[in-house]
Parts: sequence; C-alpha cells; structure tokens
Amino acid sequence: MAEKEVLIEVKDLKKYFQVGKHATLKAVDGVSFKIYKGETLGLVGESGCGKTTCGKTVMGLYDATGGQVIFDGTDIHSLNKHEKKEFTKRAQIIFQDPYSSLNPRMTVADIIGEGIDIHGLYKGEERMQKIHELLELVGLNKEHALRFPHEFSGGQRQRIGIARALAIEPEFIVCDEPISALDVSIQAQVVNLLIELQKKKKLTYLFIAHDLSMVKHISDRVGVMYLGSMVEFANSDELYQEPLHPYTKALMSAIPIPDPHEEKIKRRIPIEGEIPSPINPKPGCRFAGRCRYATEACRTSTPELVEIKPEHFVACHRVKELNEL
Amino acid sequence: MSEKLLEVKDLHVSFKTYAGISHAVRGVDFYLNKGETLAIVGESGCGKTVTSKAIMGLLPEDNTQIKRDGDSAILFHGENLLDYSEKQMTEIRGHQISMIFQDPMTSLNPTMKIGDQIMESILIHQKVSKQEAYRQAKEMLELVKIPNAEQRMKQYPFEFSGGMRQRAMIAVALACKPEILIADEPTTALDVTIQAQIMELIGSLQKELDMAVILVTHDLGVVASVADRIQVMYAGKIVERGTVDEIFYQSTHPYTRALLNSVPKIHTNNKDKLYSLKGTPPDLINPPVGCPFAARCEYGMKVCRQIPPVSTHFSESQECYCWLHHPKADVSGLPDGMIRPCVTERSAK
Repeated sequence: MAEKEVLIEVKDLKKYFQVGKHATLKAVDGVSFKIYKGETLGLVGESGCGKTTCGKTVMGLYDATGGQVIFDGTDIHSLNKHEKKEFTKRAQIIFQDPYSSLNPRMTVADIIGEGIDIHGLYKGEERMQKIHELLELVGLNKEHALRFPHEFSGGQRQRIGIARALAIEPEFIVCDEPISALDVSIQAQVVNLLIELQKKKKLTYLFIAHDLSMVKHISDRVGVMYLGSMVEFANSDELYQEPLHPYTKALMSAIPIPDPHEEKIKRRIPIEGEIPSPINPKPGCRFAGRCRYATEACRTSTPELVEIKPEHFVACHRVKELNEL
Repeated sequence: MSEKLLEVKDLHVSFKTYAGISHAVRGVDFYLNKGETLAIVGESGCGKTVTSKAIMGLLPEDNTQIKRDGDSAILFHGENLLDYSEKQMTEIRGHQISMIFQDPMTSLNPTMKIGDQIMESILIHQKVSKQEAYRQAKEMLELVKIPNAEQRMKQYPFEFSGGMRQRAMIAVALACKPEILIADEPTTALDVTIQAQIMELIGSLQKELDMAVILVTHDLGVVASVADRIQVMYAGKIVERGTVDEIFYQSTHPYTRALLNSVPKIHTNNKDKLYSLKGTPPDLINPPVGCPFAARCEYGMKVCRQIPPVSTHFSESQECYCWLHHPKADVSGLPDGMIRPCVTERSAK
C-alpha cells in the first residue's frame, strides 16, 4: 500500500465569490487532499458546504482564488490554452442533473462524439464505431445513437453523461452527485456501472455526493466538508465506524437506516439550527456556532486538519479530549 | 379496535397526455386508522403522489379522469370525497385533511408574509377574529420550533432557509389541527441533519395533535423509524403491504426485496456489487396486461406476463400481489423466507 502513486494533489485550495461590495462568499476555504491513482475519493457534506465548487475547481471549471491543484506534477490553474486542452483529455466530469447537462438539440452520437472531435481522436467510420462501443459499455445500444436526450429516462441520460465522459479515455473523472437525481433502483445500476468501469479502465474518481451511504459504498477514502473547509478525512470504513469530529458524528447519526430495529436502538446526536451563511464567515472553527463542545478557543482560532491516527485527519481543537485518545 | 378514518377503494386515475391516456393509478385500495402513520413507498411515476393528490382533490380537472362508478370511492368518515363539490372540498382541505409538499419554496406563496399564510387557513376554516388568528398562527410557529416567531411572522418565504420553510409549511398545514396530514416527500429536498429534525417534528406533532399521517416517500430509511404500516407501489398498483417489520424483515414481493437490497448498508463493510434491478418501470400509457413488475422480475414466469396476480394474505396486515405465492408456482431458487405460509387466498382484482 505504501507505493501508492499520487495523481492529484490539492493544496490549500480556495475559491471565493464576490457577491457584493463588501461581501465575499467563501465557498471553498483552504482545502487540501491527495487523490491516489485508481482510488475513489468521496467528498460528502450538506448543501452549501462547497463540495461541488471544490470538484469544479479541481477540474479547472472555476479559477481558483488561491492554492494549487497539482495534476500529475503540474498545477492545472497555471496552464495555457493548449495545455488545458491536454488536461481535459485526461480529466472529465459527470454532472448531477442528467436533464440539464445534455444539449437537447444534439443527438446522442454528437454529444458523445464531441470530445472525440475536439481532440481529433477518431474520424468517420471509426468514430461511429467508438460511439457504439461506448453506448454498449454503459448499457445502452447502438440504436440509441441517433436519438435526442429527451427520448431517454433519467437513468439512461446519466449513462449518456458517463459515456460522454469516457469517450476520450480519461484517467480521472469527477462525479458530481451523479446519482442524486435518480430513483433508488436506478441509482444502484449507475453505481455498479461506475465501479465496473473503474475496474476495467483503471479510473480514478472524485465522487461528490450528499448520500452518505452511497459514498461509503463506492469510496476508498472520504472527506467530510462543512462550510468550505474539510473537517474530517479518513479511510471510508474507519470514518463511518469511528467518526471523531463532532460534526461528522452528528451527520452519521442522522443517516436514516432502512432497518426498523436498528432505528429504534440508534441514538441520534442532534445538532441545533442550520448551516450558517458562508458569506463573510466569522473566524474560528466553522462549526463552533452549532457545536455543543465549543469553547472560547474554537470561536477565535481556526483548527488545522491534523493527523490524529494514521491516515485519519480531523480539524477540531478538542478532538483528543472528546474522544479520549 | 382502531377506527378507520379514511378508506380508499378501487381508485383509478388517468391523465390525458399528447401521447395518449396515461393510467397513473390503477385500482388502489387502502385504509388509514386514527393516529397511525401509513407510508406509501415507490419510485417516481409509481402513482404515490397522484394517489395522495386524489384524496385531497387537487388533481387538475381538465385532463384528469377519476373512476367514480362501481366500488370506487374515497371515504372520509364514511362520506365519499369523490362526490364532493369543489366548495365542499375546500372546507375539508386544510381543515380536516392537510398536505405538505416536497418543495417548500414552490408551495408557499412568495408574495405573502409567512404569518399571513398561516392566518389564511385559520380565517377560512374557523370563525375567529383576526387577533385570535394571529395569536394562533404565532403559536403554530412556536410549535414547529421556529425561533423569534413574532418577528418571523412578518417575513417572506425567501427570507427563510430550506428547513425553516418546510417548518413554516407544516405550520400552515397544521394550523387547523387536521385529522389527517399527507406528507408528500417532506424531506427529499433537505439535508440529512435537517431531514432528521423535520421527521422528528412531524412525529412529535402527530402525537400532540393525535393526527393520522400518510407519508409518501421513495426513501426506505426515512420510513423505517416512523411508519406503522407500509404499502409499496409499482406502476400504479400496490404490490405489497404490511407492518414495518413485515415489510423490512419478511417481505414477500420481489420488488420490495429489490428496493431494500439496492440501498447500501452503512454498518457493514460490504464492498460487493449492489443489487440492481434491470430496466425501467413500464410505460403507463400502455400498461402491461399481467403483473407490472414482470418484465424486470428475475423470478418472472409465463403467467406473470398474462394475468394480473392475485393477492395472498400472510397475516392480518400483510398481503402481496405476486404469482410466486400461488400453490402451483415453482419456488425453487427463491431467496430464503420469501415464501411464507399464507392465511387465505382472495380472488383476482
């Protein structure tokens, strides 16, 4: 396990949006993590925690306000136009909403083929053959190639989105909530497809979702985000069995379990209130306002993400004393 | 022992669409007891929302056909709501039966203050003065645990966050202390921590006001902790129903089992492939003749595609529509516990 190769390193990534004269929305505020080759890194958090912004900034769809995204040795935010094109050949994204992410005026063949055309990978007969291959790979068939997106169901559209991302044979795919718009039985189909493709093509995923149980199922390691910062980061099994950060604990206990007996014995850790606004956030720990263990120190200084146990990082001032470590 | 508050009998709802007539609900019957929670579970397009809107009389009149002859009826305290005029329905709606919707932003009026929206239903249904209505509305906001109720009364929905809006919606729905609350995917648009708060709130209000709740959802996790009984719908029909324990631990229908298995279990370290159903639900413009699930069912037989399955009863509460429980069915290769001794058999519907 030691010789794992780092594919992407995100260093102190920041993405701010100017939302008024004196208001800055700090969507992502100093997030760092590494993604190893061939693994799936999960990012979870509630809406507004910055997970999607983080994914899009990693893809270079947003310019970073600060920090670096190092993909295979080069910072993707310092690339010129030509280099950027090379980068997009290696990294792709699958979007959340299969209804708005496919151009309704293009046929499926053209949607999938667009990347192939841009990068000039295949032409003519070969291109069509590749498109048919991709359609079959994601569980659709050749006849679908000449249809338009509106003729497909949500699950099928998401498959088209996946085929499009795979068309140029990338190494890295950002999956931005790829299943949240789908029904339960269709979700399982898409997740199985993603896992299968990963094995076949040795893909690396950044899997962003708010569905904690799905993230656990697909990811090797998981990062929990809260209001623009990473609060906990660990091996997925460890994180779910032994969360250390007070927010992660509350989040885990809120997951409804489809088992009435377990639901009865489960103790839910309540958190009061809702996520505060990320516009001009106060200094200190972002979770302090809702944390029942918060002290004066939590409100004044921002905790760093520290390795508490091997490969288990937590950003909390009181983590050791609270967990008796 | 318990009193039947609402009884839905042989409900058929179809819609005129450009492509043809879509049969969204095809013969649904169920009842709701006083004070209990009934969950209707199913995927999108299975007819769960249409069923609840039919009870509320909220389906658009111009393109909807509801079967009214024969046995078809929606009985509330013994009165058939299908025969009610719009005026009579208005008196029931929001007063005795209330509904909350999935998206709190589109179901609250954006141009009205929250306080006025709660007062509106009180003023329509009760003969009280404006001051009294205001007092009651404020009390409702406090009941749904919105802090600074006095000040919040004067705010508009856009000033509320998602969770707060859903709380406000609940306040509007419960302002007249209804006997039945229909909650249509009340937490689907919300985050897990907020979802837990809202479900807890609905539960505690249910006890306080002694309401019956119909919880419509696709999320089996939400159902596990709150429902008394569950009915599973697929393609406009009920495929299985039973108590929570029966559905979760002793389900007898392949679709129910598939639904339960396709969610990953959070407490086990199982990295296996998720169980996934092949294909998609059938087109309801030309619904299948036999069992609606036959095309996706891994145990499907010839009869399944030809004749709609009869119901098999396993207990007073559990019943399942599946040919596999017929005495002549080949049951080899079925998962453990799926075939259970049945009580009686009833004829096909």
